[in-house]
Amino acid sequence: MLEIKRLKAVVGDKEILKGVDLTVKRGEVHAIMGPNGSGKSTLAGVIAGKPNIQVIEGSILYEGENLFNMSAEERAQKGIFLGFQYPYEIQGVSMLNFLKTSINHIKKANNSPTISIVSLANLLDEKRKILKLSEDFLKRSVNVGFSGGEKKKNEIYQMLVLNPKLVILDEIDSGLDIDALKLVAEALNIFKNENNALILITHYQRLLNFITPNYVHIFVNGKIIKTGDKDLALELEEKGYEEILSAIE
Amino acid sequence: MDVGYKYGFRTEIETEYFPQGLNEEIIKKISHKKNEPEYILDFRLRAYEAWKRKPLPTWSNLKIPLINFQDIIYYAEPKKRYESSDKISPEILETFNKLGIPLEEKKEMLGYAVDAVFDSVSIKTTYKEQLKEMGIIFCSISEAIREYPELIKKYLGSVVPPTDNFYAALNSAVFSDGTFVYVPKNTKCPIELTTYFRINAYNIGQFERTLIIADEGAYVSYMEGCTAPIYDENQLHAAVVELIALPNAEIKYSTIQNWYPGNEKGIGGIFNLVTKRGICYENAKITWIQVETGSAITWKYPSCILKGDNSIGEFFSVALTNNYQQADTGTKMIHIGKNTRSKITSKSIASGYSNNTFRSLVKVMKNADYARNHTQCESLLIGDKCHTHTFPNIIIENYTSVCEHEATATKINEDLLFYCNQRGLDTETAINLIISGYVRDVLINLPLEFAVEAQKLLELKLTGSIG
Repeated sequence: MLEIKRLKAVVGDKEILKGVDLTVKRGEVHAIMGPNGSGKSTLAGVIAGKPNIQVIEGSILYEGENLFNMSAEERAQKGIFLGFQYPYEIQGVSMLNFLKTSINHIKKANNSPTISIVSLANLLDEKRKILKLSEDFLKRSVNVGFSGGEKKKNEIYQMLVLNPKLVILDEIDSGLDIDALKLVAEALNIFKNENNALILITHYQRLLNFITPNYVHIFVNGKIIKTGDKDLALELEEKGYEEILSAIE
Repeated sequence: MDVGYKYGFRTEIETEYFPQGLNEEIIKKISHKKNEPEYILDFRLRAYEAWKRKPLPTWSNLKIPLINFQDIIYYAEPKKRYESSDKISPEILETFNKLGIPLEEKKEMLGYAVDAVFDSVSIKTTYKEQLKEMGIIFCSISEAIREYPELIKKYLGSVVPPTDNFYAALNSAVFSDGTFVYVPKNTKCPIELTTYFRINAYNIGQFERTLIIADEGAYVSYMEGCTAPIYDENQLHAAVVELIALPNAEIKYSTIQNWYPGNEKGIGGIFNLVTKRGICYENAKITWIQVETGSAITWKYPSCILKGDNSIGEFFSVALTNNYQQADTGTKMIHIGKNTRSKITSKSIASGYSNNTFRSLVKVMKNADYARNHTQCESLLIGDKCHTHTFPNIIIENYTSVCEHEATATKINEDLLFYCNQRGLDTETAINLIISGYVRDVLINLPLEFAVEAQKLLELKLTGSIG
């Protein structure tokens, strides 16, 4: 589904990604763990098409297509979803309007008819209940006045509603209390199936207690330095990055 | 980027022009043409004398090219307005059809009633008779001057005196046509009243004069729209609008201003220099709602004099400038009565190389105990070549009053657009969505069908503004 090879990228004149290789197949859950400033969010940004990141080397194929030929909205329309670490606010635009516009743009790009009001209402309701969001949630302006936890839940909510194929979640667990974390993990478990894939970017192991990754990658200084299974995350939690790093070197 | 202006066509129609320039003869000719009584001619001539002595105002944050007032044609009317006594000439009918303005009446009063003004004359006022049955007068100001002298004598120039300012004096000297509304005591006008102003002829100035009176306990919602053809030369629109809300009355005045803004290089366009003011008596309320999208230059401050106790003034504004447009707009709220309240909500959107200024005066007079004002002014910048400014002025002479002022200036930033892109929206859709949210608390105050139109207009105006 996703094939990243020798990816190097700069932001401004600083090299952030220094040769990333990563392959993600359908049905897989990958966790990318690494210290602050190691370039995890930049990697997520490159996949989603964030402006101001310049790729200088390497390639990314998504379902066999060169990702660099697609605009950010095309990538989204083709099923790539990025859950933002810091979601943005849009004053005066209701969640309902935002999601309706989003769904219909994605449908239009895929030559599907627009969603009927009834199906939309059912869809929004069904997903809302998974995350225990209140009914007036849809009337609120996008992320305006949301608590940190609500913003994160909102990213997951949008993911459930849009039902993308490749999901990258950038520190979805930070700022969530334990109950919210469980809810989010539950939602992810409901969401994931054999046809989609998840990349979880995180500092901590605790989210992985509730959702089991197939692979754990340790990401330091712009590249993946070690890959293992879920036990690697536990080892990391126990020893810290320093020790794992020195063991490799 | 001229795609934004779809009303730039010109109607080919034989037109009678007065000679260029301004002098007593021209004023007498206008007055004579309109068959006006002597006192109106006096009103005009006094205003003309005042105008001659007034210096050109220079305090605004606008670069207004020198206007030669002797080059302007002060009166133009189509020669053949009517085919027969009750049939409008097909060219004019077609013009208003193209603009989407219905001049035909249905059996029942539906939608809204229209006073259609073409250059210096009113062409038709719909539903006039049906409104008349309720005692509501809705007609051209020229007709009102002939038919309703008591009301005109009492109220014309009572809120904006002929000597008020340079452009108001000019207007009072040469005003051509506009609308007159009178709603009698305890009557709620059942439909929206609207005036549509169309400038067609080349090199003419349009001097609209509108007077709206809501008698005690009356309610009226009035709305104006305006367009003009694309000409390379600038044209002048200097209007005066006066609103009178008698005790317990309410007037809602909405504007969708879409005069020709000039081309993408700033050539041509209307100079829109307007004085609008209303007075509120006890418990009365005036609401100004404006969506300003057109004109090369906009100079406009719809204001409220809150004379009566417990009266309310509101001002909701969206001012959008693109390319080389300039706007200096805002409001004045003058609190005279006790417990008077005012609310100002202004949203500026600047794009291209435009310059967009918000200016306000909130004045609380000595006796205005417990007066309250809330002002919220926001600016949104698109791109990095445009400017927005705010000049709020608050003068308080009464210590029991409360005035609040909030202001923000934001740029549509790339990260927010990326967030929307990431949800499958292209950048243009994303900007439109963000703008629609930004202007929402202004547009919800418009009558529904106009709110939809205003939203579309804003979208059209911003087409292609992010490359």
